[in-house]
Amino acid sequence: MKSKSIAVVGAAETTQLGVIPDLSQIQLHADAALNAMADAGLKPSDIDGLATTPEWTPNLANYLGITPAWVDGTMVGGCSFMLHVRHAAAAINEGLCSTVLITHGESGRSRVGVGPFSGNRASLEGQFEAPYGIMGPPTVFTIPVLRYMKTYGVSEEQLAMVAVVQREWAAKNPRASMKDPITVQDVLSSRMIAYPFRLLMCCLVTDGGGALILTSAQRAKDFPRKPVYILGTGEGAESWMISQMEDFTTSRAFRVSGRKAFAEAGISHKDVDHLMIYDAFAHLPLYGLEDLGFCKPGEAAGFIWERNTAPGGKLPLNTNGGGLSYMHSGMYGMYALQESVRQMRGVAPAQVPDAKISVCHGVGGMFAASGTIIFSNQAP
Amino acid sequence: MPEAKRPLPKPTPETRHFWEGTAAGELRLQRCDQCRRAYFPPRPFCPKCGSRKVSVFKASGRATLYSYVINHRPMPPFTAPYSIAVVELDEGPRMMTNIVGCPQTPEALQLDMPLQVVFEKQTDEITLPFFKPAGA
Repeated sequence: MKSKSIAVVGAAETTQLGVIPDLSQIQLHADAALNAMADAGLKPSDIDGLATTPEWTPNLANYLGITPAWVDGTMVGGCSFMLHVRHAAAAINEGLCSTVLITHGESGRSRVGVGPFSGNRASLEGQFEAPYGIMGPPTVFTIPVLRYMKTYGVSEEQLAMVAVVQREWAAKNPRASMKDPITVQDVLSSRMIAYPFRLLMCCLVTDGGGALILTSAQRAKDFPRKPVYILGTGEGAESWMISQMEDFTTSRAFRVSGRKAFAEAGISHKDVDHLMIYDAFAHLPLYGLEDLGFCKPGEAAGFIWERNTAPGGKLPLNTNGGGLSYMHSGMYGMYALQESVRQMRGVAPAQVPDAKISVCHGVGGMFAASGTIIFSNQAP
Repeated sequence: MPEAKRPLPKPTPETRHFWEGTAAGELRLQRCDQCRRAYFPPRPFCPKCGSRKVSVFKASGRATLYSYVINHRPMPPFTAPYSIAVVELDEGPRMMTNIVGCPQTPEALQLDMPLQVVFEKQTDEITLPFFKPAGA
């Protein structure tokens, strides 16, 4: 085993997922954290490092009865948890702490115990984007796609197919919010949200949470669950303003993050058995497949259309059903991480047979930031 | 319930020249005096080379349509469907805007179509730049 290796020894989601009107946001964090601690056989007093968002780390530390000697409140949107994993791994390796709890909880749908939406009209996006009628991610995250589609000749049918394939995976998952099969025609006849995006190309809005516990790989063998090792990690950031994204056909943050993670893991793309790409909208798997290097620029839509990422395909992608069909509380990255861990433990509802390496890639904000974690069930 | 209003910008010391420009009917950008690159949004240094020696200049107001969506959900005081676009200015930088003076349809809104800036006064302090098809 490499001298500096980190493992996931506890992982869990909230007991319920979907619509949870009887739990406030901080209790969603706590429910997931208690489940993860039970999974790892730990008590709050065993945890000495804490990372979380969108709750404040000190609030959650007090709520859970944890006295952390290392804290991280990195908040770059929905991939923040990938960054928490990366930072925690570095902190454990540096001896800053030994057992890190990372939590997410979000009352995205029921909005219990959540502050109001607020906008800062003096910020750069407040001055130069908000006046033009933007209405959250469906009208902002989506803006680049027409440029991508024109550049590579991608059709609305191909965009729709992303949602169709992910629904096939969701159908295998009892906890998925949406399980009924859909066709390309169903997607293209669903309600128009922001052209060219229709309802079924947009993620769900649900309630839930998840938590992970990390420690050194040396200690991991003493825990009840089979360890899931971290082979490589990456992170990146580009612009919080979509209008200032360098190139609307590719994400610089994705490329930076993915390259770092693959280099650190020392693996090539053909070694990857399972892949998660944060899919807030149907175009994200296209950008992810290309920017991570699984497909050449412009080839991801054809790759998905030809069922390479579908059940039975050579590169199983978003096997929980993704943000489009499984759940999406607002910061989905935690649920992508949970599915990678389940696949590496061999306990996923749509288990990929003999999967040994899983790549989990997240986006934060609207192409604003990125985080990539490469997991394995084989000790490095 | 109070009538919904378009969320208007609050200028800051670093952006005031831009909003004074739009009120005067000018689209003002900045350019680095050293590397000569034009940039947006406003800041008192060059994001390319870091130089603090920069100048404000009046842009041509010409642009092309880089990408957009057409929002179909109700968003008072906007009348759906309406476009939310990113345009590429002739000088290089890109900015978000609405495309006005044409139908809000995919057929009327073709990527790379030439556009021209137009100004619409919102308050005594704030005038917003929009873009319309060139020649319209």
